[in-house]
Amino acid sequence: MKQASTSAKPRVSALAAGALLFDSTQPLDERLQASILFLSEELLVLSGVRETVPGMNNLMVVFDPLAADREAIIRRVCSRWGDSPARASNNKIITVEVVYGGEAGLDLEGVAARSGLSIDEVVEIHASATYTVYCLGAHPGFAYLGGLDPRLHTPRRREPRSSVPAGTVAIGGSQTGVIAQTSPSGWQLIGSSDRSFFDPFADPPTLLAPGDRVRFRCVRVEK
Amino acid sequence: MIEVLATGALSTIQDMGRFGYRRFGVGTAGAMDTLAVRVGNAMLMNANDAAFVEVVIFPFRVRFHADTTIALTGADAQARLDGVSVGPWWSVPVLAGQELEMRRPLHGGVAYLCVAGGIDVPKVMGSRSTDLKARFGGFQGRPLRRGDRFGFPASHSNATRRAGRTFGMLHPDAALAEKAAGCLNQDNHSRVRVVAGSEWDEFSAETQELFLSSRWKVSLMSNRQGARLEGPELKPRKNIELLSHGIVPGVVQVPPSGQPIVMKCDAQTSGGYPIIASVIEADQWRVAQTKLGGELELALVTLEEATEAWRVQCRYVQDVVNAVSLGILRERDEDRHQL
Repeated sequence: MKQASTSAKPRVSALAAGALLFDSTQPLDERLQASILFLSEELLVLSGVRETVPGMNNLMVVFDPLAADREAIIRRVCSRWGDSPARASNNKIITVEVVYGGEAGLDLEGVAARSGLSIDEVVEIHASATYTVYCLGAHPGFAYLGGLDPRLHTPRRREPRSSVPAGTVAIGGSQTGVIAQTSPSGWQLIGSSDRSFFDPFADPPTLLAPGDRVRFRCVRVEK
Repeated sequence: MIEVLATGALSTIQDMGRFGYRRFGVGTAGAMDTLAVRVGNAMLMNANDAAFVEVVIFPFRVRFHADTTIALTGADAQARLDGVSVGPWWSVPVLAGQELEMRRPLHGGVAYLCVAGGIDVPKVMGSRSTDLKARFGGFQGRPLRRGDRFGFPASHSNATRRAGRTFGMLHPDAALAEKAAGCLNQDNHSRVRVVAGSEWDEFSAETQELFLSSRWKVSLMSNRQGARLEGPELKPRKNIELLSHGIVPGVVQVPPSGQPIVMKCDAQTSGGYPIIASVIEADQWRVAQTKLGGELELALVTLEEATEAWRVQCRYVQDVVNAVSLGILRERDEDRHQL
């Protein structure tokens, strides 16, 4: 049952003649994210809309500028921003086994030192939370997870590493996640998992979907 | 079948791109110069999603093992077919056994080899483009290497039709009426149009003016992911913390270094740095065709002007399609009269 939206309206900006970005002006909110995920599917029926890409409490809409009605898209998104989803979503819980520290978790010691906690405490805190997948992005299969304990928030490294192996568990600012493709990264590396997060031949091609929940299970800590 | 005899490290098979998967973190890939490939495929009467080879590092040499017709578009790669010059924006027939060489362009940054019927590699997630991040699509998910072989359709009726027929197209700079807008690619110096970005107002008027009036050097670190620009440091009024959000090619992000980056077709699907502007769709090919070390100048336009520029470019591509079809029909008519 939809309820009238009392959310603040989004900030609207153009990323191209054929792309609009709708941004929340409020602090990160899990309920707004559920609303955005639902809205992102609904918008696909609009004529000329090609893709909708949810971000962290924001939504990018990509469309054919010669076929779609930009103003109509803006009106639709602004009027439905913050509405409760009309359908329950079909989400799952995934448990990811992690070897913390060691060669893949080069920054675990640094994260512990910065937080004033022991390595074991950092691992315990990281592995005891249930995280929510806000959206996918950055590289194929990468999930932005919300719910990282504030005690573990660590700024990104000053210099990114040029190559971080797929499967690396990392912390970036107030976010945590698993690097899904071997790629450069400025995040703090705390462990590794051997789960595959992306398969271009599978349908859907990603292990995780927005709205899913993720738990990390500590297999062992290598020091 | 085409056999690769020699290649640099960044020759890839692409098509018009992989669309519909940004929400999985999968970018579009495709050509850096989409105008060149739209025209190349149009010249060959290919379906507009036909695959081709993009060549960024030269020389590039291949041998054809079957007859076909090709179109070479993009930068002038001083190409030679069995030693005979082939100009850029020309379509020529090719016979089995012939060798094509594409050499380092004096101007421009990327060249394309389009083939009648399109290059035949499996589609993955709906496209033949190479995803270099996740290593799938195109030729086994990687850049081409010496010895690689890939096919193209055997008897493409239009290719046979066109056997012996050679023709060229005007360079888009001559064909598109954009001189008035000041857009051009010349001697490795380009002028492109941008629209104000999401964080345009986070930069002071002086910084905005600096952005628009500077001659930006395209860094040697530029590639399919982004064109890194070197010039004055751009700093927003205050430090901005942005949550990750979707981005598209053309978006100009300003990281803490103060040096802007123009996102291109292999860019990450999400960003978080302030966006000062976006290169309009119609001019993204000009950025790709500005050689490393070349210069970029920017001009601010409105969204309406950006949309109109795109309309003009799409109309031009349709004109090419129509002209080529008309040429084929006229030939067919002439033959019928001769019988």
